Amino acid sequence: MGRFSKAHSSKTDMSKIVKLKKGFDINMVGKAKQELADFARAQTFAIKPTDFIGLQRPKVLVNEGDTVKAGTPILIDKALDQVIYAAPVSGKVVEVKRGDRRKLLEVSILADATITYEQFGQVDIASLDRDALAAKLAASGIWPNIIQRPFGVVANPADTPKSIFISAFDTHPLAPDCAFALKGQERYLQAGIEALAKLTSGKVHLNIDGSKAVPAVFSNLKGAQMNKFSGPHPAGNVGVQIHHLDPMNKGEIAWTVSPSGVAQIGKFILEGIYDASKVIAVTGSELTKAAYVKTYSGACVSTFVKGNLNSGHVRVVSGNVLTGEKISLEGFLGFYHNQITVIPEGDYYEFMGWAKPTTRLSYHRALGLLSFLTPNKEFVLDSNGRGEERAFVQTGVFESVTPMDILPVYLLKAIMAEDYDEIEELGIYEIVEEDLALCEFVDVSKHPVQELVRKGIELIQYS
Amino acid sequence: MKFLRDLLDKQKPLFEKGGKLESLYYAFEAGETFMFSPKHTTGIKGAQVKDAIDLKRMMITVVIAMIPCLLFGIYNTGHQHFLATGGTTGLWEDFGDKTWVGVKLVLPIIIVAYAAGGIVEAIFAVIRKHPINEGFLVTGMLIPLVVPATTPLWQVALATVFAVVIAKEVFGGTGMNILNVAMTARAFLYFAYPAQISGDQVWTYLGDRTPVDGFSGATALAVVYNAGVDGTQSAVEALNLHNVEALNQSLFNFTNMFMGWIPGSIGETSTLMALVGALILIGTGVGSWKIIVSGFAGAYIMGFVMNLLAVNEYMALPPQYHWVMGGLAFGIVFMATDPVSASQTETGKWIYGLLIGILTVIIRVTNPAYPEGIMLAVLFMNVFAPLIDYYIVKANKTRRLQRATV
Repeated sequence: MGRFSKAHSSKTDMSKIVKLKKGFDINMVGKAKQELADFARAQTFAIKPTDFIGLQRPKVLVNEGDTVKAGTPILIDKALDQVIYAAPVSGKVVEVKRGDRRKLLEVSILADATITYEQFGQVDIASLDRDALAAKLAASGIWPNIIQRPFGVVANPADTPKSIFISAFDTHPLAPDCAFALKGQERYLQAGIEALAKLTSGKVHLNIDGSKAVPAVFSNLKGAQMNKFSGPHPAGNVGVQIHHLDPMNKGEIAWTVSPSGVAQIGKFILEGIYDASKVIAVTGSELTKAAYVKTYSGACVSTFVKGNLNSGHVRVVSGNVLTGEKISLEGFLGFYHNQITVIPEGDYYEFMGWAKPTTRLSYHRALGLLSFLTPNKEFVLDSNGRGEERAFVQTGVFESVTPMDILPVYLLKAIMAEDYDEIEELGIYEIVEEDLALCEFVDVSKHPVQELVRKGIELIQYS
Repeated sequence: MKFLRDLLDKQKPLFEKGGKLESLYYAFEAGETFMFSPKHTTGIKGAQVKDAIDLKRMMITVVIAMIPCLLFGIYNTGHQHFLATGGTTGLWEDFGDKTWVGVKLVLPIIIVAYAAGGIVEAIFAVIRKHPINEGFLVTGMLIPLVVPATTPLWQVALATVFAVVIAKEVFGGTGMNILNVAMTARAFLYFAYPAQISGDQVWTYLGDRTPVDGFSGATALAVVYNAGVDGTQSAVEALNLHNVEALNQSLFNFTNMFMGWIPGSIGETSTLMALVGALILIGTGVGSWKIIVSGFAGAYIMGFVMNLLAVNEYMALPPQYHWVMGGLAFGIVFMATDPVSASQTETGKWIYGLLIGILTVIIRVTNPAYPEGIMLAVLFMNVFAPLIDYYIVKANKTRRLQRATV
């Protein structure tokens, strides 16, 4: 752990307790109530190659009009063709949507009333060797839940990671409560962890929120090292956790899986099906009813949002407001997203907006920024860009929201200059976009920080 | 405000791509975004919401922090004028007249600095096709505060143009510069026109009136320097006795110097007002408290070391006097904390500030040519800040590398 991370950690038996101080919680209006809402079920579901960063040459395996089951292969990456991207639901392929130069955008499926599943057969982990288990998972559609570090791309089944990390809590704005979303899935989580343990040469780390009591759903899981992290966002980011547990060095590979991904893997092990169902949070200040809903990966969000809006001019975000993606009212939930957020669209001018005192949320305290006086207030945030891009001026702020021994401004400048050695030496292997997303939020000079991070990763990845 | 917005929307196509005045787009844009914060929204991917701060707000915070120094400087300019020319001696007597003298002298300097710099900024923005830099909001106020009230206006204009072009625009604008722009302007004046910014004759405005008998316009720094050369009385005695007969009061006692009722550049005399500015900068988080604290500490430490080694009366000057004489306080609070030219790493800021304080005192005490050290210390450390950062960044890389090989 670095001198600058201001973190304290102590070892108790195997597990670690890490208290982080740096960071910033974005407290917003529109938290999901802890109940499953009775929204009309989504009709169409899509699989979007653009959700999978690093998926280079997608090839569609179905045609419009084909009927598929949950788990039927929909596409593959010709660069990593043992990994199947499968249908999340059963039904009929209604559209294979392409953009400019025939770039594949999405394959959408109109779901059956009752979902039928491809039967892969139960998996006896003990009787399979590591490679056979990996091959079975890769062929089922479940595999893209496993992400590789460095670079944050879909893992290669042929690699053996040094460890596997699961962050069992989410500190992003309005993030879903994992314990609530996974209630009743203990059995699947346990099986998922056992499968993951077989895939790594090291440990499976299960990282939970150290500021609360251990949720019942995680408390009895075996086979993983349980670590506790506390502090403001991004304490829940798996990248930050890796940095403090077993940091990524050049040449090393680790994997990460979301808790819902672990449960899906477990269900595949125990029941032999690819069940892409998950409980997602429908959140945001512009919704009449913010709650949880059970659906499947890639769901069309319109049934959760339409008729549930309390204003007309909104932006629907798949994911959270720091790392998410703007989608339309008819758009589809991203594969890795467990949340949608609906906020006001911010396309308005404001007279003397840069000088007026404002109670809008700010990490800063410069003249007229008053939000620091109300730290517990929930804020309505809109999508206004809040000023224009400028050269870096302010210093020290990125460091204060990044609880890692990393110098974000130097790293970003190295990426702008395309200085490969610097990018590598300053720690590109340790981060993906979400780890510096707060920097993008607090930046006085309004740089596209996450875009830069991806550019830096690609410079190194493909060099 | 709808009227204004409509007006702008009507004119906008003229300046946009394909419009008649396309080349002046950035000049238009600067005006437009000054009046209305833009309506563009966040992108499809990445952060969907942004912090309420922007660079304009940050820069204007620095300008606000300078206002106590400015107001005090205006009044003190008039006060020094009346003192030196045998007018009233009380601090608050003739308040209106003193303020008026100050305003008459200082306001034109501010206007000239903003106008000259603003024109250069606009020309560069149009030619180089980049937005106008908000950094100039601060520079345009800093330059007037670090020159004497008697500076000819053409020199103010020339120095501003020189500094904006050579210290900033040639590097690519605010954020890319190496040297503090305002300090560069002052250094330019200091080396190009020393007669108007050094010596004993420039710090007090006399106008067409003659000074009182026995008046000396020397600054406190000059007085202690002469005490060091002279050696007949201690530096503190020399300060306390200076000009007493002529002005019928002790000008350079500690309290007076702390308050700022002394001759000097317009905004630099009052340590108290600089500290008020420091509170604003630190409170708002816009200025680095590390640089400010370590800057004052460095000056004190070096003053103390000088005491230990003292071979003349200047070296024996109690260290706290360094805090209140000359422009040290103003320079540390407003110049050293410029985030672009300062050290950019958190550990580096401690070293950077400390060395500025130390160097200032060394230059003051040991250099016969430059009575004031803060200007050169800041510029010198501006140049060295990247070197400090280089080692801090290297240490970060080394920690990462060592971890990999363990």
